[in-house]
Amino acid sequence: MLLFGRLADQAGWRDRVVEASSLTALRDALAAVDPSLAEALSGPGVQVAVDKAIVRGETFLAASAEVAFLPPMSGGW
Amino acid sequence: MVTLTSEPFEPGAVLTTFCAGRNETGAVASFTGLARAEHGAALALGLEAYPGFTAAAIAAFAEAPWARFALQDYVLIHRTGRLAPGEAIVFVAPPAGHRRAAFEACDFLMDYLKSRAPFWKKEHSPGGGRWIEPTAQDRTDAQRWD
Repeated sequence: MLLFGRLADQAGWRDRVVEASSLTALRDALAAVDPSLAEALSGPGVQVAVDKAIVRGETFLAASAEVAFLPPMSGGW
Repeated sequence: MVTLTSEPFEPGAVLTTFCAGRNETGAVASFTGLARAEHGAALALGLEAYPGFTAAAIAAFAEAPWARFALQDYVLIHRTGRLAPGEAIVFVAPPAGHRRAAFEACDFLMDYLKSRAPFWKKEHSPGGGRWIEPTAQDRTDAQRWD
């Protein structure tokens, strides 16, 4: 899984391998080790991408799925 | 074509290359965005992109102006990584048959890039780093085209 922007700063890491078969299981696994990060990942404006496509709500994860948590995008320039 | 690069680039050279051999284009508008020093308040700007996601999202969005402004191809370069004040952050050049479409496409693309493109921006100041989100004005500018 990947973290961007302020979420990566908060966690202190940007990418990590986590075993989870669904998005809910992934959130639960994170909450067990870092509850404040798990809360931030569910915060307002945070989007989730699975294999580089935005998803909404629950989804199952394939073995090598890439899950990215995207805080509100700032735009460039 | 959308290019993300972590290396500094020279906008004038990009424009010269892009305009070469365009016998039927007529008009190429261009816009260059530069990192601001904010009178010493900004030491550097950090721009984070999601490789494989950010460029695809910009390219998908940039399809829209083609029908709207009857454009030809285009060049769009965006920096990532850490930028010093004065460095070029973004360069966009939409070519069209006539000036109005080229100007408007440039304005349209920049409003999108400024407010909605998938980047995460951090301003590094003497007091530390701060993540930046779009201002209300940026959002209003982008809504002009909705």
